[in-house]
Amino acid sequence: MPSAAAIPPASSAAREITFAQAVREALAEEMRRDPRVFIIGEDVAEAGTPFKVLSGLVQEFGPQRVIDSPISEAGITGIATGAAVVGMRPVVDIMFGDFITLAMDQIANQAAKVHYMSGGKLRVPLVVRTTLGATRRSAAQHSQSLHAWVSHIPGLKVALPSTPYDAKGLLKSAIRDDNPVIFFEDKMMYTLRGPVPEEEYTIPLGVADVKRPGTDLTMVATSSMVQVALAAAEALAAEGISVEVVDPRTTVPLDRETLVASARKTGRALVLDEGYEQYGVTAELAAVIAEGAFYHLEAPVRRMGAMHVPIPFSPVLEDLTVPTVERVVAVARELVAAT
Amino acid sequence: MPGFTEVGLWLQVYREMLAIRLFEERVHDLYRRGKMPGLAHLYIGQEAVAVGVCRALRPDDYITSTHRGHGHCLAKGAAPDRMFAELLGKAPGYCRGKGGSMHIADPDSGNLGANAIVAGSTGIATGAALAAKMRGSDQVAVCFFGEGALGQGILYEVMNMAALWRLPVIYVCENNLYTEYTHYTETTAGEPAARPAAFGIPVQEVDGQDVRAVYAAATAAVQRARAGEGPGFLLCHTYRYLGHHVGDVDRSYRSREEEERWRRERDPLQLLSSWLTAQGLAERSVFERMEEEVRRELEGALAFALDAPYPEAEEVARHVYA
Ligand SMILES: Cc1ncc(C[n+]2csc(CCOP(=O)(O)OP(=O)(O)O)c2C)c(N)n1
Repeated sequence: MPSAAAIPPASSAAREITFAQAVREALAEEMRRDPRVFIIGEDVAEAGTPFKVLSGLVQEFGPQRVIDSPISEAGITGIATGAAVVGMRPVVDIMFGDFITLAMDQIANQAAKVHYMSGGKLRVPLVVRTTLGATRRSAAQHSQSLHAWVSHIPGLKVALPSTPYDAKGLLKSAIRDDNPVIFFEDKMMYTLRGPVPEEEYTIPLGVADVKRPGTDLTMVATSSMVQVALAAAEALAAEGISVEVVDPRTTVPLDRETLVASARKTGRALVLDEGYEQYGVTAELAAVIAEGAFYHLEAPVRRMGAMHVPIPFSPVLEDLTVPTVERVVAVARELVAAT
Repeated sequence: MPGFTEVGLWLQVYREMLAIRLFEERVHDLYRRGKMPGLAHLYIGQEAVAVGVCRALRPDDYITSTHRGHGHCLAKGAAPDRMFAELLGKAPGYCRGKGGSMHIADPDSGNLGANAIVAGSTGIATGAALAAKMRGSDQVAVCFFGEGALGQGILYEVMNMAALWRLPVIYVCENNLYTEYTHYTETTAGEPAARPAAFGIPVQEVDGQDVRAVYAAATAAVQRARAGEGPGFLLCHTYRYLGHHVGDVDRSYRSREEEERWRRERDPLQLLSSWLTAQGLAERSVFERMEEEVRRELEGALAFALDAPYPEAEEVARHVYA
């Protein structure tokens, strides 16, 4: 049931676009569909952001709907929250995920709380698009994956697309959602190509996707780690180990059933996420599996996240901080060997 | 010479200020008798700002408020019965008992919510103004805050954008001299009025105890904003008579003489009623009758709230998500 939405219709499987194009298409289509949707952020208009994700949107929609802002993360997030409260559907662009810290009061104390504090009278249909991911040699202030911060706060939804198809379908749902949604795009994946149909589709928030079926081990992986898990699964297949890769796609809401069902089926689980491992998203996912599948497990749940260090600059050091295909394969082998 | 309708206006204004005063006195009393949970930050002494500003607004204009928000909510049109209910954590409260004193929101009266983060709603008010401008409506948004907000960065971020984009938002700073327990001159460098001026936002400094002055300044700022001429900033000099919150009773950071002087010489209700009587526009007895009426109304409102049920347990998990 849950993964049905993820399978691209056969008719248009031929068309492949990049992750960045998929994001741009989602925004353009939603802006055409709904005049209340607008974009606000630093260098979003002519520049189309440093990653060129938004190129061309200002030409179609004009500077009134693709608004270049000052460098004021808290200010634009607060302004977008206010606009959302009175019925607009803003999409805020926070250039690097590291900078959500500057907007954290507006995200955690304002946007996330307004609906509840008002007893349901006010709603905040807001999307905050930002990035996650290391390995760009960008050092400690431009490399963090802070989705655990926002996943921790009731009232926020959190999306972590791992393919162009998911990025487009999830972003359209996020824009149509009546809640604040924090939408993380891995900056290493903007050039990733994948099938995206021409036809309109959306992917519901809160529905996991089995990215690869398997029988020996479940890898639950988010965002960039989905690609790592798929590569590791491929390598392990050559050794006769069958890996099922499950992508929750949203950490909030979380599709617990699909995760637990997969772990019950395979009896082993490895959780992969690019956020800091300590007190991170891997802990929650591992706990969900342990609670739901404990008596089906043949080994303790393992998890792999970013090391508990600021992400260093030097390539040789940076590559040590996040899970790589080789290390994932090694841990998976240990897990399967364990009884 | 003011005509009949103008007298009507000022009597109405007086009544609204009085309703806030008596509402707050009731809250104070309930709190002291242990009948009210949590904290309450009382607005007594500052009534002329809320009423003077909100009188210059239309019902469909927006306001955002602060931890000291009862006066703003009432002045914008909230009903005392549902406010009392919210303060008591009761089901028919404006936020079903989940917001309390510091979070009353009432979209029907244009109130986008009181906010317990100092300067926390400055973005929301500015965003409501951006939305009004994008939709081509002529609504304006008013952002109430204390002078403590002058220490918060977000205020400057959003004033910058409001000025750049000529947004219909009016920043109303109520300088009641104390940011919690500290005199504002110890926390605020330079002249407060110079700060919005640096963004090119016109500043009007007003005697916040004189409701007629506040109303005139607010009316001018609202007209400008409605006409698309951009944001305004009202710096209102005022004073809170009581503690920072209901539990702040000894107030060692200021003198009783100072408090007495403000009450005696600068009380907004007295200033207005004295002016009306001096002008021969109203008899003293008018105000006494009014007080009886308002007291009676508030007793009814409070009785409603005291009798009202608490929320059902399932309310706790509702409205986390829309
Ligand atoms: C961001 C933030 N920091 C601290 C507090 C605690 N606090 C609540 S009210 C207040 C003082 C506010 O002073 P002012 O803005 O002048 O408003 P007033 O209380 O005088 O109305 C403080 C420090 C808070 N609510 N929010």
